[in-house]
Amino acid sequence: MFDERQLLLTHGRRDFLRRTAAALSTAALVDLGLAAEAVDPLLPRQPHYAPKAKNVIFLFQEGAPSQMDLFDPKPALEKWHGQSLPPELTKDLKLAFIKPSAKVLASPRKFAQHGQSGMVFSDLLPYTSKHADLLCMIRSMKSEAFNHHPGQLLLFSGHMTGGRPSMGAWVTYGLGSEARNLPAFVAMQSGPGTSAGSDLWTNGFLPSLYQGTVLRSSGDPILYLSNPAGFSAASQRARLDALRDLNTQHLERTGDAEIASRIHSYELAYRMQTAGPELTDLSQESEATRESYGLNEKETRAYGTNLLLARRLVERGTRFVLCMHSGWDHHASINSNLPKLCKETDKPTAALLADLEQRGLLKNTLVVWGGEFGRTPMSELRRPEDVNGAGRDHHPDGYSLWLAGAGVKAGQTIGETDELGLKITRDPIEVHDLQATLLHLLGMDHTKLTYRHMGRDFRLTDVHGHIVKQICS
Amino acid sequence: MKFAPIILACFTSLLGAQEPDFARDVFPILRKNCYACHGPGMQQSGFRLDDAAAALEGGNSGAAILPGKSAESPLLRRVHGNKGLPAMPPGPKRLAEADARTLAAWIDAGAKFPATHVARVKNPRPTSQHWAFQTLRRPELPASTTNLVAHNEIDHFVLARLAKEGIAPAPPADKRVLLRRLSLDLTGLPPTVEEMATFLGDTQAGAYERQVDRLLASPHYGERWARPWLDQARYADSDGYEKDWTRPWAWRWRRWVIDSLNRDQPFDEFTRDQLAGDLVPNATTEQRVATGFHRNTLTNREGGIDDNQFRFEAVMDRSNTVANVWLGLTTACAQCHDHKYDPITQKDHYALYAFFDNAEEVDIDAPLPGEIGPWLRTRAEYQAKREKLLAEYNVAPLQAAWEKEILYTIQHPGERTDWDLAWDCVKKLTEGGDGGKIVQIPPAQRTAREQDILTDHFIGNYHFAVGQKKYKELKLDELKKKIAALKTSYPQLTQAMTLVERPVPQPSHVRVRGDYKSLGVAVEPNTPAVLPPLNAEGRPTRLDLARWLTSPENPLTARVFVNRVWQELFGAGLVRTPEDFGVRSEKPIYPELLDWLAAEFQENRWSRKNILRKIVLSSTYRQSADARPELNERDPNNTLLARQNRLRLPAEVIRDSALAAGNLLTHAVGGPSVQPPIPPGVMEMSYASRGWGVSWNEATGPERYRRGLYIQFLRTSPYPLLANFDAPKSTVTACKRDRSNTPLQALNLLNDPVFLEAAQALAVRTLTEAPANYRSRLDAAFAFALGRPATDAEALRLSDYLEKQETLLDGDEKALAALAPVSLPGVSRTHQAAWTGLASIVLNLDEFITRE
Repeated sequence: MFDERQLLLTHGRRDFLRRTAAALSTAALVDLGLAAEAVDPLLPRQPHYAPKAKNVIFLFQEGAPSQMDLFDPKPALEKWHGQSLPPELTKDLKLAFIKPSAKVLASPRKFAQHGQSGMVFSDLLPYTSKHADLLCMIRSMKSEAFNHHPGQLLLFSGHMTGGRPSMGAWVTYGLGSEARNLPAFVAMQSGPGTSAGSDLWTNGFLPSLYQGTVLRSSGDPILYLSNPAGFSAASQRARLDALRDLNTQHLERTGDAEIASRIHSYELAYRMQTAGPELTDLSQESEATRESYGLNEKETRAYGTNLLLARRLVERGTRFVLCMHSGWDHHASINSNLPKLCKETDKPTAALLADLEQRGLLKNTLVVWGGEFGRTPMSELRRPEDVNGAGRDHHPDGYSLWLAGAGVKAGQTIGETDELGLKITRDPIEVHDLQATLLHLLGMDHTKLTYRHMGRDFRLTDVHGHIVKQICS
Repeated sequence: MKFAPIILACFTSLLGAQEPDFARDVFPILRKNCYACHGPGMQQSGFRLDDAAAALEGGNSGAAILPGKSAESPLLRRVHGNKGLPAMPPGPKRLAEADARTLAAWIDAGAKFPATHVARVKNPRPTSQHWAFQTLRRPELPASTTNLVAHNEIDHFVLARLAKEGIAPAPPADKRVLLRRLSLDLTGLPPTVEEMATFLGDTQAGAYERQVDRLLASPHYGERWARPWLDQARYADSDGYEKDWTRPWAWRWRRWVIDSLNRDQPFDEFTRDQLAGDLVPNATTEQRVATGFHRNTLTNREGGIDDNQFRFEAVMDRSNTVANVWLGLTTACAQCHDHKYDPITQKDHYALYAFFDNAEEVDIDAPLPGEIGPWLRTRAEYQAKREKLLAEYNVAPLQAAWEKEILYTIQHPGERTDWDLAWDCVKKLTEGGDGGKIVQIPPAQRTAREQDILTDHFIGNYHFAVGQKKYKELKLDELKKKIAALKTSYPQLTQAMTLVERPVPQPSHVRVRGDYKSLGVAVEPNTPAVLPPLNAEGRPTRLDLARWLTSPENPLTARVFVNRVWQELFGAGLVRTPEDFGVRSEKPIYPELLDWLAAEFQENRWSRKNILRKIVLSSTYRQSADARPELNERDPNNTLLARQNRLRLPAEVIRDSALAAGNLLTHAVGGPSVQPPIPPGVMEMSYASRGWGVSWNEATGPERYRRGLYIQFLRTSPYPLLANFDAPKSTVTACKRDRSNTPLQALNLLNDPVFLEAAQALAVRTLTEAPANYRSRLDAAFAFALGRPATDAEALRLSDYLEKQETLLDGDEKALAALAPVSLPGVSRTHQAAWTGLASIVLNLDEFITRE
């Protein structure tokens, strides 16, 4: 490797371009008088203050998992099972499908305490519960939305209507990325598509390069990553070499630095073509690792693969990984469907925690697990004759979510709901508070991470949000 | 806080003996603590305390002072800062306890103001010195700059400034570059080889002008200029929320826009039809179709949503969009409070909202030419067959019973979950009309259209009420398919999504802190008070609003519009914040030029073609875009326009250009959206994968190669090319696009089968049409794609490539089959395949995806 800087000083710019065309790096382009940000706006940026966490893995459980069947036991419901609650208790509830008079559905789950902290989990989460002492459990999450798409927008973009950037886009806008040959913000999906679809990884009004890149489970891992039919590795390189030389000639003719950026983008794309398959080549992982993530079982394979990829991504410097697993919207047959979803996700989630910890990655990676809201203590019965078909409706006031990893005070349970799970009775944490805290752990002041759009300085937390100190270590 | 009334009551009784005197005790408190925001100069949240009547009337949230009841008076509550709201006055200093007690005592004693407590100016119209709010006047041209070539008035402004700066303008662009620029700018398509030859061969005066006229007359002009309008209108082919249903007729409005542009409909009429086409006396179908502008708002069909919330959001989006598109104002900021920077109050915002609050969504028959005849001729036969089918499946009695249950459920919610759900589905899932409303109209009073809509809903959704088992026993799933098949086998009329006005206006309200549930004071439709007043007889309507927007007194509409046209042609507007002309906007670089253009636009019958012609005929536009390193320090962003700018093409145009280079492009104008090949896995990332009726049926034949403008845009699963190359998300209005430069774009152009197909076609075209020698072929390929021959250096480099590629491909049958699927006479497969590679290089050149 030659010294680009020196070359630039000893030769003219044109000469430099010709010689360095083969290896135009960001540094070289910066020397051409381009601002570093103009060449690669995803270069790592200093946060507002010293961060506790560098990366985020958000395990989004789409559809709203039932907190009272997983994390927040409500034995008092047994007394009410099959009956309507007194109207004065239910009159203020925001419900989607059922009416306040719907009959109570007690949870059939068995709950137990786990770890030194004695954190409570139901029997549906035998794997995750083993890592109780790594988690900070919140039982008092509060959303303003009680429908999926608005709820997902609120959780990820801070506002119930569309058009705003998602959390991952904000984070990469604020911090850039350490990963040069892989995307800064990656989204992965298991289960059917989500309500919010691309809104969950959209750049909104931020520049497009902050858009999440979808890492796909079939076909090319990144769209158009592999060479088209007929192009071997050698002929792809030959094509790129000729393209680069022609672009360089045109750069010389027009003097437009944007062409230098274009050349750079093509080289990054080429490197991504190598880095992408390397990333997704899970044969590099030990059999023990593959087994722990559930890659050998049908139920866990899809989500487990995504979680293993999430680890590999943060290892390679990706800033924000969004793993979406859908199917938690249990309006019907919750007592058979919820175990199914837990089976699909529990083991891989636990494996990710263990793996990150064992590799020391949990020190700089923040992990969040949760949905857009929770579910009602009352049952939803769409067909009265089908007693096993009972499910639960949407409940935004007092749902559970956990965090783990960098900057998180583990082994504690924050917040409390009343004995029927209708209302929060202690330490309510709103969605904007969670966002503010997440940015805080990444070293960013949520009131200062702004972007001017339509005459206004927008924030992920809109005009709300308080850092929850209790979460932070 | 529960005890506050009691405590306050105690104070009141204590003070009872000495009732506070307004002038002595109360006035100083109000003046010191409240007047800054609620006094003569400013009335935040519509509330003022310097006028007795106004103070007692209250602000946007309603009355603030309830005489005799201090504990219930919002004024006192705000002073104490309850309900999670910051205490008044805001800031670190709270009102002194004693002062609060004095206010309470005064209110309890009846809140008596002296007769003299009257503001001098009752409803002051806010004034502003901000440039964009000043009346538009056509400025004088700067003194002639005779030593330089000025093609028209625009150049006088630019050249005068450049001369003052001691900068010479850039030389004109090369003729080839110029025609390619002009063609891409006016039609979104590169020039053909023949068009280029004609222009190069035309050495007569007016050659360029002839090209301008030809391109403005092209039907593709309407397609090119519809795109930025569609962006501003947040056009999409789907609902936007969750199920994200496709909107099979959204294109009907798009077609109207293209047509309006092509016939150069004056912008004031264009405005009137879109804002209020339904209110124009004797409105035509096309005018009703135009109101589809407002139907591009998102629709939420998610079960269990609060319909009021999403209606509020949609109406709000309509007024925000109009304010932004026409006025360049960011009134959305005033949804929750008075605008922080601009003189737009919260009340102004809701007054604008009120124009749209009285409009309802209605789908109508909007037949295209030639549709009505065949439809009329077959209608009776179609209806007879439909009736026969309905009778065969016993629909009438089933539907009647179902309707009865639905009506019962509306009255008795919560009794039966299944019927509650069925009723919710009537409201959310009815296609082509408002099922919730129709079901409540007695059958005898329904129109035939309404009856059909409800029956179709019943047939498709009866299972929500009775379960799938019963539904299938009745074979209604089978009937649904038969009805659908019947519809496709008979001529149907094209539909359109439109707005109509409610016959009886319902009052609109300010929403306190922007919350749709918190109704504040009632508001009448009106325009922002800082702008010239609205003239209307009676209650102002959308039609009045449209007239006001395009009245000569309106200082914003023309300026905002010409700025956005300028932006399309130079990459940035004269005002670099096209979305914001408020006080925080960037000052225009050439304020007189902006005003001159705006006046020209207004006075020349709001002709869009005219203003466009003016700009592209200027020498400023025709300059070379090459960098001028000597100006890097002085004017790094080329704000002075001492040259043109190189602009990366929009997503759609990149694809169109590649298809055009390979001679694959389908040139048909208008019509429904198309579904070109999409990579597997894209649709699976959205709710579409759950089988709610959204699917992607890959087009075959010429439809596959239609312009990017027509690619079906699904909001929660946008077409990858569009997402990669900065097409907006179409959730809210967008008046400018990014021109990002990312590795994902490189992958898209290098490896997307669509672009490889274009490369194959370009290679075939080159090898069959050009003389059979390398240089002629290369020049032809360059001409097809770039409008110019290759340079010697390029020829040298690519001949190396071709040689190397042939060596690499030699004997690789699989690669040859992929790159040269159709063999050409007189050309070896290897050679042809190598040319496909070469063609793909050309289609990846920065120059190819750039307007120079």
